[in-house]
Amino acid sequence: MTLLQPRHRSALIFIACLAVFTIAVTIAAHFGLVSTSFVKTLGKTLCLCLAALAMDLIWGYAGILSLGHMAFFALGGYMIGMWLMYARTEEIVVASLLNGGLPATPEEISQGIATQIFGVVGASDLPAIWSFAYSLPLQLALVVAVPGLLALVFGWLAFRSRVTGVYLSILTQAMTLALALYLFQNDSGLRGNNGLSGLQNLPGVTASQDAVSLWFFWASAAALAVAYLTLHAIVSGKFGSVIRAIRDDEARVRFLGYSVEGYKLFVFTLTAVICALAGALYYPQAGIINPAELAPIASIYLAVWVAIGGRGRLYGAVIGAAIVSLLSSWFTGGRVPSIPLGFATINWVDWWLVLLGLTFVCVTLFAPKGIGGLFDRFAGVLTPDRKGAPLGPDDGSLMEQEAQK
Amino acid sequence: MRLTALVVAALCWLAPMPTLAQEAARIVQENRDQIVKPSRQTIGPVITALAASGDPMADDILSAWEAKRLVIRKSDEALFLALPEGDGFALTALDGTPAGTAVKADLTELKPNAGVRGLIATALVQFTLSDPDPVKRQEALTSIAQDPTAEALEPLRAAIASEADPAMKAQKERLERLLTLRFDPASEARVAAIDSFGADLGLDLRAALNPLVVTTRVASATPPDGNVAGELRLGTDIPEDEAYALLVAANLAPARLTLEEQRAALLANLSGGMVGGVPVAELDTQAARDRAYTALEASGAVPVAATDDEAKAALATAKFYEVYAEPDPAVTSAAQAALGRIGTKVGVMQTADLGLDALSLASIYFLAAIGLAITFGVMGVINMAHGEFITIGAYTGYVVQLFVPDYTLSILIALPLAFAITFGGGVAMERLVIRHLYKRPLETLLATFGISIALQQILKNVFGTQARPLTSPAWLDGAWVLNDVVSISYIRIAIFVLALIFLGFFLYLMKRTRLGLEVRAVTQNPAMAASMGINPDRINMLTFGLGSGIAGIAGVAIGLFAKVTSELGTDYIVQSFMTVVVGGVGSIWGTLAGATMIGGFQKVIEFFNPSNTLAAQTYMILFIILFIQFRPRGIIALRGRAAGD
Amino acid sequence: MKLTRRTLLSSAAAAAAMTMPRFAFAQAETIKIGVLHSLSGTMAISETTLKDTMLMLIEQQNAKGGLLGKQLEAVVVDPASDWPLFAEKARELLTVSKCDVMFGCWTSVSRKSVLPVIEELNGLLFYPVQYEGEESSKNVFYTGAAPNQQAIPAVDYYLEELGVQKFALLGTDYVYPRTTNNILEAYLISKGIPKEDIFVNYTPFGHSDWSKIVGDVVALGADGKKVGVISTINGDANIGFYKELAAAGVTADTLPVVAFSVGEEELSGLDTTNLAGHLAAWNYFMSADTPENAAFIAAWKAFIKDDKRVTNDPMEAHYIGFNMWVNAVTAAGTTEVDAVRTAMWGQEFPNLTGGMAVMGTNHHLTKPVLIGEIRADGQFDIISQTDPVPGDAWTDFLPESAVLEADWKDLQCGMYNKDTKTCVQLTSNY
Repeated sequence: MTLLQPRHRSALIFIACLAVFTIAVTIAAHFGLVSTSFVKTLGKTLCLCLAALAMDLIWGYAGILSLGHMAFFALGGYMIGMWLMYARTEEIVVASLLNGGLPATPEEISQGIATQIFGVVGASDLPAIWSFAYSLPLQLALVVAVPGLLALVFGWLAFRSRVTGVYLSILTQAMTLALALYLFQNDSGLRGNNGLSGLQNLPGVTASQDAVSLWFFWASAAALAVAYLTLHAIVSGKFGSVIRAIRDDEARVRFLGYSVEGYKLFVFTLTAVICALAGALYYPQAGIINPAELAPIASIYLAVWVAIGGRGRLYGAVIGAAIVSLLSSWFTGGRVPSIPLGFATINWVDWWLVLLGLTFVCVTLFAPKGIGGLFDRFAGVLTPDRKGAPLGPDDGSLMEQEAQK
Repeated sequence: MRLTALVVAALCWLAPMPTLAQEAARIVQENRDQIVKPSRQTIGPVITALAASGDPMADDILSAWEAKRLVIRKSDEALFLALPEGDGFALTALDGTPAGTAVKADLTELKPNAGVRGLIATALVQFTLSDPDPVKRQEALTSIAQDPTAEALEPLRAAIASEADPAMKAQKERLERLLTLRFDPASEARVAAIDSFGADLGLDLRAALNPLVVTTRVASATPPDGNVAGELRLGTDIPEDEAYALLVAANLAPARLTLEEQRAALLANLSGGMVGGVPVAELDTQAARDRAYTALEASGAVPVAATDDEAKAALATAKFYEVYAEPDPAVTSAAQAALGRIGTKVGVMQTADLGLDALSLASIYFLAAIGLAITFGVMGVINMAHGEFITIGAYTGYVVQLFVPDYTLSILIALPLAFAITFGGGVAMERLVIRHLYKRPLETLLATFGISIALQQILKNVFGTQARPLTSPAWLDGAWVLNDVVSISYIRIAIFVLALIFLGFFLYLMKRTRLGLEVRAVTQNPAMAASMGINPDRINMLTFGLGSGIAGIAGVAIGLFAKVTSELGTDYIVQSFMTVVVGGVGSIWGTLAGATMIGGFQKVIEFFNPSNTLAAQTYMILFIILFIQFRPRGIIALRGRAAGD
Repeated sequence: MKLTRRTLLSSAAAAAAMTMPRFAFAQAETIKIGVLHSLSGTMAISETTLKDTMLMLIEQQNAKGGLLGKQLEAVVVDPASDWPLFAEKARELLTVSKCDVMFGCWTSVSRKSVLPVIEELNGLLFYPVQYEGEESSKNVFYTGAAPNQQAIPAVDYYLEELGVQKFALLGTDYVYPRTTNNILEAYLISKGIPKEDIFVNYTPFGHSDWSKIVGDVVALGADGKKVGVISTINGDANIGFYKELAAAGVTADTLPVVAFSVGEEELSGLDTTNLAGHLAAWNYFMSADTPENAAFIAAWKAFIKDDKRVTNDPMEAHYIGFNMWVNAVTAAGTTEVDAVRTAMWGQEFPNLTGGMAVMGTNHHLTKPVLIGEIRADGQFDIISQTDPVPGDAWTDFLPESAVLEADWKDLQCGMYNKDTKTCVQLTSNY
């Protein structure tokens, strides 16, 4: 397959844009034109774009509206967070025990770490889920393994019993809610509501946050690029055709002899793993992770980004996530001037969510293709004219090839 | 009542009793500092002295003090009894003379704490146990019941015969028996009193019996003196750690060494880089530290600590006993027998109470979910804004109460008004948004979510983020009490009744009316229904309005027993979805079954894990997820538009 | 190529929008005060009031002529009850807006989120809410109560004045109730209350189904001991809890409830006639009868233009914290953080409830503890006021923290082990 084929054009343009953007931000940061906190914001936004990519694959292409993918995102964050907290605390504990007169025993060190991490609300023994936290490679493996396994088991159960459509949406929502409630409990061993914090301080790294934030920004951009290319390869090949067929008519694909459940399970697990990786990059930049990150609303927002950006196009998901999350942080930052109406003042901190909600309704009603629809218009891709017949269950996510006149 | 007290006080003042009349005032003046800042620990003698002074004012002074009506006049720091009068207070001096009036700003009220007020109430008992005023007699009885003392027994017995009110007489007799079983000097009388109760469920009875069977554990080589309850077997009745701690406490064995103590001891004996012959650098394992400590023990530098073997040996020779605090064996065995009888009955009643709680929770879930069951089940539309309709209903109740201060009337207005408002909102939403998305069910989910966040934020902007009061009418205050174990608040009963009404209403609507017939027809096959002359658009609109309207009514009901904030609905939305999905989409009976199952299941988990309600919710949701895997169409599966595809 | 242009344009626009204020702020000749309170999301209910309090205090100070000859300027941001956003906004306040001091946070998790940022950038935060203790950061002044300034005196009151022998510790499941209840459990056991007489229950945020828990608590009275409830239930959940208490006929005489998170603001959400006599422990009640308090309430009502608004304990904490900071800056002659910190130690400022608050070298305040009984009008009758209690960063009632001490002046350490005589760590472990 040659990269210059028209169907690869969007991927090439995207990668070029991402590269230009990354270099521009790096240069700007070097000359102090953008602040460290803004570099962090951009880095985090890239991670959210990555999660949105995964969401687009499973919803836009495979037609499964999962309302639980932020659970995998957060789980990835928890896994990396455990190592960050453990390693950092270990440094402190060992240093402090060194001053104690006697060399520390391994029991004292692990007890010291547990007391430091859990304060007075936990036992002095580390819970079993922290067994691998001492090792970065093992914990990195868990970043992939834990969300991947959860998705595999959950997906296998759900797809096997043919739970589809809105039922699956509600079920995934229940999954993330259950996980959030579980993590909220102090007894779950992950510090309950406080979650894991101070994650921006990398153990053993003395560089300032200005540098660290750039490293993470680069890593996020690289991850986004790799994921974009991988997913692009997947969706533009035969696999992509099958999952789009599943989206449009699942029964027919099954009758054609494809293992629908297998495809769905693969997509579900793959997207979960991508989300987990995005989370593992996101939370060291955010600095703190707590169970509120798994609340059902977070996953719904993920769907909102993808819908506004445009389903069924990878770049649409990225644009949607970037625009909506950056706008959100701009509007809630209190820097947008209020609009005086005479009788009342529109204070954007109060009214931003109303605007977002209504925009979202309008997008769903009038522009099911989202922002991606604009690109279609420029590229001359139009909705197929089927003489009044319905476009299928999901006309918002039609690919450009299908939509050629 | 207060006027009579004043008149009596005035009469007393006129009567020639100069010495006694000054007595209470004198006691108050002498103990002024204590009375101004009283503590339960030290104020007792003052209250007793006042109560025993024989001064007719003592009763008034104590009552006023208890009611926070004893005041200091700021101008001269003098103490007075105050009675509200007009804008200010009428003052009475401590000897009963009227002392003019004062406004609030000139006075400092004395505010004795609840502990002190309890002592005052106990002291007042002697004045009020046979008081002509039944309210005061009741107060006296409550005070004795809360703080039973041996001294109260005689006055109480004396006050029974003269009691005319049969209900209060029964109360007095019951209280007398409760006091008898604890404080009577005669063993037979106590046992008789215990047996007279049979298997009574009263909390007060168990509160009186349980202290009689309190035991302490002792380690002793021979059976100890006193009323021994029995010997404890090591390991089964008493864990080894606890047993060893008892041995240490009884000086029968040396204490075990903690790791910190070991560390401190090693540090203290550090010399020349060596401890007990072990180089410090090697002390980074527990084994090395033990070795060093043993060496120190041998050299006598540190006290000998018990090793595991020694501890085992000490435990093997020792015996452990449980001893009753109550010395009389006849009483303890009678109390044990009574508690045994009561225990079984209490268990049954607790199950019944749990059942009521579960039923109540189920009815709340049912109310919250029934509207959703209609829109989701019948129309296949996921309405994420359902929660906000619940919230709007609750806020309607709040707004109505702002304008209609009568709580009964305001609820009667609020219920239909909430229905009307949310019905209108539902119809508007259906016409403007949902109608265009019928072919895209996943997108209705997203669009209604957009409406949901917009509505929630608007509510927040309008009503603020503080919780708003929504108060139930007085006749719904309190609880229906079957006995001291089984009770349920009237407000929950009302919600249960409301849920039943709606269940009946919907069954009637769907099975017996033209509209229901048309709804069912549109549910099963809209195209066919349309060709039979039914207007599916109209039916959909009405159904959606109806579902939303019920949400509004559910909001008023939920607001009555919980909080009214803009996030009220969000708390119920996921549970409501679960209820509908678990029950089976499109069936009212299914929703009922789903609500019952979820409510019951949650209460059962709470029962097994009473200290963590959050865990109960977590496991409940896990259970639902698993349940759906095995019955993807819910408990009662229907065929139709929503269930088919 | 339209794609390129679009993407670039939108990201450039966003970037420009985010960085612009940096230049706008850099030129103003004012002392900037960051206000880091959530104005949206779940915590807005409590924190918006504190933002308004800060705006009022700053306005008052400006009316008095500002500070060091400059006007004060509030930089208000909205972290939207989103904990990672607290860290981000704190970084923005310190590096972009160049704030000299920040007043903010409510929940423990938001404070933990901000801590690494302000310690890294050497910022200054005043934290106004009662909290679980076990922390003392070089860069934070804790103006709310530590457990020994709220929980312990309340339990003493239960033990000594009400004669409570059996305790139900009910809390929302997060770190403040968990820590407080652990401390209280250890304290009660040290006071001779057996472990089986302490019932603990944790509920989720916003819990509304209280009938079973209230039933369980009432049933605790079956062994004849006087039962008292210690509630660390947070926020809205209290409304359902108190309604259920009232419905179950639980009066303060039979089963008193002392709450650490219920103040005037929370009570405005329900009808308190059936709750009269239940208790709360704080360092401040609106009903305190002093001229300072009367003036503060009057100013607040005038500022917020609502005669029904109430004042509460965290507002007083901000009032004391802000005024101490003003005095410390005046004393130091600069807003530079290290100088201000040194000047803060030993600062005194009158409480609204009478007496003087003193800032200790462990960065906690010395304040009196008040216990109030709920009145039918939603206010509190102050029935007990202790002598000023110095806030203790590390509680003395748990073995692992009893050996720790915080003293930034002499020991120069926030976590000093008295046994081993070493500083465990200088920065917090969040």
